[in-house]
Amino acid sequence: MNSLLLWFHQLGSPPNFHRFAGRWAPWGYLVAIPLLAYGIYAGLFVVPADYQQGDSFRILFVHVPSAWMSLFIYAAMAVNAFIALVWRIKLSETLAMCCAPIGAAFTAVTLASGSLWGKPMWGTWWTWDARLTSELVLLFLYLGVMGLYAAIEDRRAAARAACFLALIGVVNVPIVHFSVTWWNTLHQGSTIKLLGKSTIDPSMVAPLIAMTLGTKAWFVGSLLARARAAMLELESGKDWVKRLAAPAGQ
Amino acid sequence: MNELIDMGKYDFYVWTSYALFGAMLVWDLALPRWRERRTLRSVAQRIRREHARQRTKTETAA
Repeated sequence: MNSLLLWFHQLGSPPNFHRFAGRWAPWGYLVAIPLLAYGIYAGLFVVPADYQQGDSFRILFVHVPSAWMSLFIYAAMAVNAFIALVWRIKLSETLAMCCAPIGAAFTAVTLASGSLWGKPMWGTWWTWDARLTSELVLLFLYLGVMGLYAAIEDRRAAARAACFLALIGVVNVPIVHFSVTWWNTLHQGSTIKLLGKSTIDPSMVAPLIAMTLGTKAWFVGSLLARARAAMLELESGKDWVKRLAAPAGQ
Repeated sequence: MNELIDMGKYDFYVWTSYALFGAMLVWDLALPRWRERRTLRSVAQRIRREHARQRTKTETAA
């Protein structure tokens, strides 16, 4: 077995992962906090107001990165769910299940901030347009995965069922992304493009990139911290957890 | 400072959005720590109970 594969297998053992996540989760937050602080500061106070939307467009700097995260985390959850189902790797099960609440939180913020942006700009909190509806379905998928995982007593069986649901739900990800081109929506189309020319003012790009990278780093920290806590719960009958708990209990 | 926090007529919408985002991050940061502490506490409690049970067992036997 080569050394990389060996490292990966050792990481899969719960006590090793617990130590690994404890060491690296703070780095995720440490990278994220300055990026988010800069992005929020610049988004609120530095970038000039939009000539049409005034200051309301500042919601963009929390809405757009959250929306990207809602899709990114779903993809991360689906990849882990796939690995968990095919190779039965317990760590991937835990990671997939820990993605769901983080993704649900970002999706909820996306919907709420979008609503708060929609009210002054469109004149309505909500409309059943394709982008908004598919994003709402995404939130329900996250909640469904969490609910299914919580509803089944046996943790391994619960994880397998929830991973299966996560994998089926992945069909919604391209629907959310392409909804603005496939249907006529009140929601605008993409202004930031990886391929081709973006149609966003250059002054908005730097804070938006900072927020995008910041939320990604945050996700890494949060996922590790959550998986660490989940691992501890799942293994609470094992000796290594007892050894960790014993000094606190005496 | 008043000028800084002034978002024109969009005060409520802008600040509520950022507040929700911030609250979500705080929740996300606190929850795993709280869960971990809760698990360790309950395991420690279980260990204490087992020790106590063993002690009473040996005492009654003696």
